[in-house]
Amino acid sequence: MNAVPRDCLPARAGLGLKPEHYCHVLEARPDIGFFEVHAENYMGAGGPPHHYLEAVASLYPLSLHGVGLSIGAAGPLDTAHLRRLRDLIDRYRPQSFSEHLAWSTHDTGFLNDLLPLPYTQETLARVSKHVDEAQQAIGRQLLLENPSTYLLFAESTIDEIDFLEAVAERTGCGLLLDVNNVMVSCVNHRLDPTAYIDRFPVERVGEIHLAGYDETVDGAGDRLLIDAHGSPVKTDVMALYALTLARTGPVPTLIEWDNDVPAFPTLHAEAVRVDALIAGQAARRNVLKRAG
Amino acid sequence: MDFATGQHAFAQALLHADAPLPPGLTGARGVADAARFAVYRNNVHVGLTRALAQRFGVTERLVGGDFFAGMARAYAQDHKPSSPLIIDYGDDFPDFIAGFEPAQALPYLPDVARLEAAWTRAYHAADAAPLALARLAAFAPEALATLTLKPHPSATLLRSPFPAGAIWAAHQGAELADIEAWQPETVLVVRPDMAVNVHVLPAGDGPFAALLFAGGTLGAAAEAALNEEPGFDFGAALVGLLTLSAFADIHQGDVP
Repeated sequence: MNAVPRDCLPARAGLGLKPEHYCHVLEARPDIGFFEVHAENYMGAGGPPHHYLEAVASLYPLSLHGVGLSIGAAGPLDTAHLRRLRDLIDRYRPQSFSEHLAWSTHDTGFLNDLLPLPYTQETLARVSKHVDEAQQAIGRQLLLENPSTYLLFAESTIDEIDFLEAVAERTGCGLLLDVNNVMVSCVNHRLDPTAYIDRFPVERVGEIHLAGYDETVDGAGDRLLIDAHGSPVKTDVMALYALTLARTGPVPTLIEWDNDVPAFPTLHAEAVRVDALIAGQAARRNVLKRAG
Repeated sequence: MDFATGQHAFAQALLHADAPLPPGLTGARGVADAARFAVYRNNVHVGLTRALAQRFGVTERLVGGDFFAGMARAYAQDHKPSSPLIIDYGDDFPDFIAGFEPAQALPYLPDVARLEAAWTRAYHAADAAPLALARLAAFAPEALATLTLKPHPSATLLRSPFPAGAIWAAHQGAELADIEAWQPETVLVVRPDMAVNVHVLPAGDGPFAALLFAGGTLGAAAEAALNEEPGFDFGAALVGLLTLSAFADIHQGDVP
């Protein structure tokens, strides 16, 4: 299961599909590589979400992105939620399914955020077990996404990249490389984002995410970046993305914009910007191949 | 500290704004910064209150953004989503509003919120073909009284001592519309196809519709309506409800 499945997303820019853009997408049929939706928004019994997603999925490749499985939880996975995911995947046959290296459930309920976990042998075993169970339940490979974090755990003994690679090695899952998350976490923890990208196991990357961050300072006055998904991709993230592409080659790349969603043309312009970078990378590789 | 204990401590600190930071956290400077942990606390609260503001937009307009934010925070503090399905979040927010002391000056607020909660339920409800009038014609007139009607899966009937439907409708545009009559209303929220409809039923049809929605027979519902309103027009009320797609199926006898 190491290779990304053949029926996969195109190496193009993709956009999140938002209800306010359903009609525009179906009428104008913009040239977008793929659309991505949050799985949990399509777990109702019926209604417009399913009606429009079926129509859009018949025209475009689809990426299903989970935000509620809580793979990084110490407790067991929610089997009812796994069933809902399986039903959704059976119904829409998405070209990709991804989830997060994070947790969001607790005995008081669903915490509605992607929370961080320490990286130790114990948590590695737990996360690997959960990824394995999830892939068994949904009958396909998932892509696991690197998190954005604001704090570290003193007890962590494994580097984040080594942790992700070990989970992939043990379970056969792929990786979703969120370049904005790399920037956010590296700035927040005073690490070099370029070094992170240089070390990332690019052969396991099935999809890239880009988004806009917010910026503030912490109690010590240090820069604190926040994964906000409410603005254009920042210049430094775009530059880091260009470096990433040079390593990965053309990879399906989603622009995440989930809050203060703008009119469709603004999103489309972001996609055009990303498509140009992907095409440039593809062209460079072609030239090098011919020259070599 | 094992994984589960650590995560429990993290969750407890997350949920209580005045709680100390959980043990075991650090940062690039070798210390745990409270402002950084506050990002997680803030994410949880903002995410949940934003979900409520999206679902209860008219309620928010009625009380103003600041008041709503405070009310939503108070609710979210003790009511975490029971599952990752945020589309269901806030089903019991109207009941919370009914008991929320600072909102008592607006007694109609819980019913407007109930209407908005019903709207989202209708939006995500199972699809079903509405019951056609022709299906009724298949029954002999003397059998009509024994029929029960199954509400459409998207349908909610809201009986309010306030003009909850008119208040809701008045807040749909950028400009506030007038509320013509301040009177009790029975409101039907239903999605026969892809659009959610909000209908204020004719005055006098409320008891009849309520009994049908509770599973009563047409005969019992008509009798209850006539008791309350001697001029009640059974045929017009029934045809009216069917025209609005209130029902999905029909059964003979009390037991479906």
